[in-house]
Amino acid sequence: MLIKSIFGGKSEVTGSSTKKCPVVLMTRIRLARNLADIPFPGWAKAAHREEVLGTCLPAVASLAQMKRGITAELGDLSELEKQILVERHLISRELSSTPDQAGVVISKDQSVSVMINEEDHMRIQVIKSGYRFKQAWNAINGLDSELENTLPFAFSNKLGFLTACPTNVGTGMRASAMMHLPALVISSQMEKVVRAVNQLGIAVRGLFGEGSDASGSIFQISNQTTLGESEEEIIKRLSAVLKTIIDQEMNAREKILEKDCNKLYDKIGRAYGILQNSHLLTSSECMNLASLVRFGVDLEMFPEKTRNVVDGIFIECQPGHIQYHATETIESSKRDAFRAQYMRELFENVEKPIYSLKKSDGSDEGKDAEQEDTK
Amino acid sequence: MAKPLKCDLCDSQATVHLTQIVNNQIHKIDLCESCAEAKGITDPNGYSLADLLVKPPANEEVSEPAGSLVCSKCGYTQREFKKTGRVGCPSCYEAFSGLIRPALETMHKGENHRGKVPLKAMERRSYEDRLNELELDLKTAIEEEQYEDAAKFRDEIIELKKSLAAQEIE
Repeated sequence: MLIKSIFGGKSEVTGSSTKKCPVVLMTRIRLARNLADIPFPGWAKAAHREEVLGTCLPAVASLAQMKRGITAELGDLSELEKQILVERHLISRELSSTPDQAGVVISKDQSVSVMINEEDHMRIQVIKSGYRFKQAWNAINGLDSELENTLPFAFSNKLGFLTACPTNVGTGMRASAMMHLPALVISSQMEKVVRAVNQLGIAVRGLFGEGSDASGSIFQISNQTTLGESEEEIIKRLSAVLKTIIDQEMNAREKILEKDCNKLYDKIGRAYGILQNSHLLTSSECMNLASLVRFGVDLEMFPEKTRNVVDGIFIECQPGHIQYHATETIESSKRDAFRAQYMRELFENVEKPIYSLKKSDGSDEGKDAEQEDTK
Repeated sequence: MAKPLKCDLCDSQATVHLTQIVNNQIHKIDLCESCAEAKGITDPNGYSLADLLVKPPANEEVSEPAGSLVCSKCGYTQREFKKTGRVGCPSCYEAFSGLIRPALETMHKGENHRGKVPLKAMERRSYEDRLNELELDLKTAIEEEQYEDAAKFRDEIIELKKSLAAQEIE
């Protein structure tokens, strides 16, 4: 029943990105919040965790934004349901692996989720498709203020919001952008970018957070520091870095087109061929192929409507989602066959790529659109 | 000859070049002699290169009291904190402030919170502080047999409790 409602509605993650932001797939902000005078979840005894869950779950579920959403205790969810929520970025792996006295509330449109008894008593998260920090911040700030009306948060004048890990203390905020950077990966510049960005107190991770690989050329870029700056200052600093990365990616794209046009046509053409014809596909190969097709959409080699197909694949080709669509339990090797079949169906009607490019198409537009939000 | 590299930390010419491969990820660092010395690089095996740039030099050990600290509120110990890097409860920030303070300094952009302040929580707290103060005043007034003052304090306490209760209903 839970799964049905997840797949029924639209999701910020799987849909509605546009040509305006070719690079940023989605924007995410999370806040760490704790109740005053109660030990943090990692140290709290079962009774305290129970108390936190009993206090927070109804408080969050009663918010107007959560109307007709999903409220669940982790213990009541199946392994598959938990995996699907992880793949949709609605709960963390950490929460799914420690389900005792833990809960989650998810809004109907899947743009808001609140985890209870993860590393902190509450982790509030807002996801927006595309590059929309301002909207994400306004939404989460409002939610936080409403919760604060009824819940006594642990707060110190000097250190701000108190969190289980000192790395989150202060604002308790992590803002991140999911970026698609195929040209930087193809031209082997990512290492350089990561190094430069790390020195600015900005972290780079793979699609599924800490320790995950960067399949699909998708990276999560987020602030590392939370104390000493206001939320707006952190977002502004992060946005400046993101803008530089977008520029770098766009430059790399132009350079590849100038220098190695055939190499790029070859990669994208092969990706299209494999997606249309393969019979065994791992999720990581599938991600990399989808990434190339998305690059092709940005270059107008494929019709614009292909973009949503591809963005959907980034989530839908994950193991849990494939398992769900297969309807009966299948092993991992069979999953690869099922995934390939699914891709063949999806790409059956996608037209052949057009191999005559107008250079710099999309890039200027992209810059303009993405600048709007940073102002 | 390639163009001389600049030091990653200052603008002098880099003469110390370190390369480290961790999980197939290559990390390179170029430093001038004085920065390398300042960072105490003698044994590159013992370092994570990323840490060198992000964190301050690992020399000067933070001086700690010999005894191990315990949070009186939740029983979390200094050893636990060292092991996990996390704390047990909000009060641990006070209990281990000697350890946390210097760590925060290197971890973050500043030492003081400059972001959002939860207004309700602050309001509630200042009410509670005032209430404690008044109760203390009331007690001393009674002890000193200043009954006129005591009555005043008592009335004020009743008022305050009323508005606190009203807030909670909201």
